Amino acid sequence: MNSSYAVPAVALVVVATVLVGAFGLRISRTTSDFYVASRTVGPRLNAAAISGEYLSAASFLGIAGLVLVQGPDMLWYPVGYTAGYLVLLLFVAAPLRRSGAYTLPDFAEARLASHAVRRLAGAFVVGVGWLYLLPQLQGAGLTLTVLTGAPSSLGGLIVAVVVVATVAAGGMRSITFVQAFQYWLKLTALLVPALFLVLAWQGDGAPRHAFAEPATFREQRVVRIDDSLDLKLDRPLTVTVTGTVDGRTHDGRRIRLPTGTHHIEQGARLTFAKGSTVPAADRGTNGGMSTSLAASREERPLYATYGLILATFLGTMGLPHVVVRFYTSPHGVAARRTTVAVLGLIGAFYLLPPLYGALGRLYTPELTLTGNADAAVLLLPDRMIGGVGGDLLGALVAGGAFAAFLSTASGLTMAVAGVLTQDVLPTRGVRHFRLGTVLSMAVPLAASVIVGGLPVADAVGLAFAVSASSFCPLLVLGIWWRRLTPPGAAAGMLIGGGSAFVSVAATMAGFPGTGPLHALLAWPALWSVPLGFLTMVLVSLATPGRVPGGTEAILARFHLPEELSTPLRAL
Amino acid sequence: MPGQDPAERRVVVTGPPRRTRRTRRASGYYRPRTEIDEQTTLGHTYVRSLMRTQLRAALAVFAFLGLLIGPLPLVFAAMPAARHLEWVILGFCLYAPMVLLALWYVRRAERNERDFVRLVEDR
Repeated sequence: MNSSYAVPAVALVVVATVLVGAFGLRISRTTSDFYVASRTVGPRLNAAAISGEYLSAASFLGIAGLVLVQGPDMLWYPVGYTAGYLVLLLFVAAPLRRSGAYTLPDFAEARLASHAVRRLAGAFVVGVGWLYLLPQLQGAGLTLTVLTGAPSSLGGLIVAVVVVATVAAGGMRSITFVQAFQYWLKLTALLVPALFLVLAWQGDGAPRHAFAEPATFREQRVVRIDDSLDLKLDRPLTVTVTGTVDGRTHDGRRIRLPTGTHHIEQGARLTFAKGSTVPAADRGTNGGMSTSLAASREERPLYATYGLILATFLGTMGLPHVVVRFYTSPHGVAARRTTVAVLGLIGAFYLLPPLYGALGRLYTPELTLTGNADAAVLLLPDRMIGGVGGDLLGALVAGGAFAAFLSTASGLTMAVAGVLTQDVLPTRGVRHFRLGTVLSMAVPLAASVIVGGLPVADAVGLAFAVSASSFCPLLVLGIWWRRLTPPGAAAGMLIGGGSAFVSVAATMAGFPGTGPLHALLAWPALWSVPLGFLTMVLVSLATPGRVPGGTEAILARFHLPEELSTPLRAL
Repeated sequence: MPGQDPAERRVVVTGPPRRTRRTRRASGYYRPRTEIDEQTTLGHTYVRSLMRTQLRAALAVFAFLGLLIGPLPLVFAAMPAARHLEWVILGFCLYAPMVLLALWYVRRAERNERDFVRLVEDR
C-alpha cells in the first residue's frame, strides 16, 4: 500500500487531536472542569463524545476483519455493542447520573457506604480499563505496520504519548471536544470510502457471492505467506506453490493438497486459481486482531453466540470509560436523552463495518491466510479502486482508524486515571491526576510490548465478560434493590467477575484444549453473569443486618426527578 | 384538612400568600412532597411506587428486546442455507428498532416522572 498519503493523514489526525485538545484546555480552568467538564455538557455534544469514545479499534477495523474471516455470525458483536447501550439506558442511565458519583467506586461507596467495596470496585475498574487499553495500543501498532512497515510497537507508542498529553493537559473538558470531533471523523472516514467502494462494486458487475460459504477467490491470486502457518483443509485443495509446504520444497509446481492440516513455511508463495475456495488458517497460527476463539465457536456456535450476546448486552454498562461519561450530563433527564442520541449515532456507524466485511470477502479473501484480516478496511480502497483515488481514500480510512485508537484510549485513560487519583494517589489535585494519567497508560503500554499478540477480539471479549459479571450486578441491584449489602456486593463482584476473568485467562493460556469445557470457559458470560447476580442476592439476604442506614434516602435520590430531590441533596 | 367546610376555611387563611393553584388546600395539609423531603414512611412509599413504575417500564422494553433478539441465533442455526438473511438482518435491520425502543422508553420514563411530580406537588 502506498504510504505517501496515509502517513500525512495519520499525522494530520494526531495534530488535529492535539489542537482540539488545546482549544479545550483554554477553557478548562477548574478542577470540576477537569474531571466532569463542570457537568454542563449538553446531550448533543455529549452523545457525539460518548460515541466517539466507544467506537474503538475493535469496531473500526476488528468487526470487518472478523466478518471476513468467520462470516456473518460475527455481526453479533456490533449488535451487542449497540444493544448494550439500550440496556444501559433502561436500567442505569438516569439513576447513575442522579447518584452524583463520578466513577464506579464512587457509586459503590455512595450506595453501600463501605470503603472495602469501593476499593474492590476500583481494582476492577483499573483491571478492565487496562485490559481494554491493550488492544487499542496493539491495533495502532498494526495499522502503522500495514501502512508504513514501521515496527509494531511504534504505533502504540504514538497513541500513548498523544493520549497522555491531551488527557493530562486538559482533562475531561478537552477530551469531550476531542472525542466529539473524532466521532464525526470516524464516520466520515468509513462512509465516504464506502460510497466509492459500493460504486466500484457495481461497476464490477455487482458480484453477490460474498454471502457464499466459504469465501472463494474471484480471480487468480498470488498469496505470500509472511509467517509460517498451519492450514486446515476440509476438502482437497489444488494450488501452485513456490516455497516449502509440509517440509517439501516446490518451485512453481501445481500440487494437490489432501484434506487435513498442512504446514506452510514462511516466504512461500501460493497461487490460487479463480473460483477455488479460501482455506482457513488453523487457530492460533495467524496472530492478529481477528483470531478469535474460533475453534470453540465451531464446536458449539449456539452456546458461543448466546454467551457473546449476554456479555455485550450487559457488559457495556460497566465499562469504565462509558460510565464516567454520564457524570458530565447536567441532570438525569439529559443523561437519558444523551443515551438515545448515542444509540442513533453508533447504530448509524455500525451499518458500515458489515459492508466492508462483505466487500472484503469478495476482494481481499487471502487476508484470512496472511493473518492481517484487520487490515481489510485499510486495504480495500487500494484493492478495489486503485490509483491516486484509492490512495486518498485509503489515507482517509487510516486517519479514521487512528482517531479510533486515540479516542477510545483517551476515554479509558481518563477513567483509569480518575480512579487511580482518587483511590491510590494521596490527594486529589490536578497535579496528581496528571501523574495518574501517566501511570494508567504506562502499564498497558509496557504490557503490549511484553505480552505481544493478544488478539483484540479476545481481549475486548474478556473485558466485556468481566464487566458483565461484576459491574452489571452491582449497578442493577444497587439501583433497584434496597436490600443489597456491602458483603453481598463484594462477594458478587469477586465471584462473578473473578470467575469470568479466571476462565477467559485460562482459555487464552490454552488450558482446557478442546471440548465442552473449553467452550464453557471461553464464553463465560452465560454462567458467570447469573453466578454474580445470584451470589450478590444470596449473600445480601444472608446478611440483612448490614443494609446501610441511609439506603431509602439514597434510592430516593437515585430515582426522584431533580426538581423534587434538591432538598435531599443537602442531607 | 378533610371535614372542614368552605366557609370556615376562608377565615383561616392568613400568613404569607401561597401560589394560587394551592389555595384550595388548607394550611397544615401535609403534601406528599413534604413527606418525601422529611423521609417519613409515607414518603418512602411514594418513592417506592415511582421505582416500581420505572422498573416496570424498563422491564417491558427489556422483554421486548429479548423477544426481538433472543430467537435470532436459533433461527439462523435452524436455517443454515439462509446465510444472506443473516447478513441482512444482523448487518442492517436491528439498529433502527433498537433506537425506536429507546425513544419509546424515554418518553414513558419521562411521563412517569412528570406524573409523579404532579402527584407529589399536588397540582
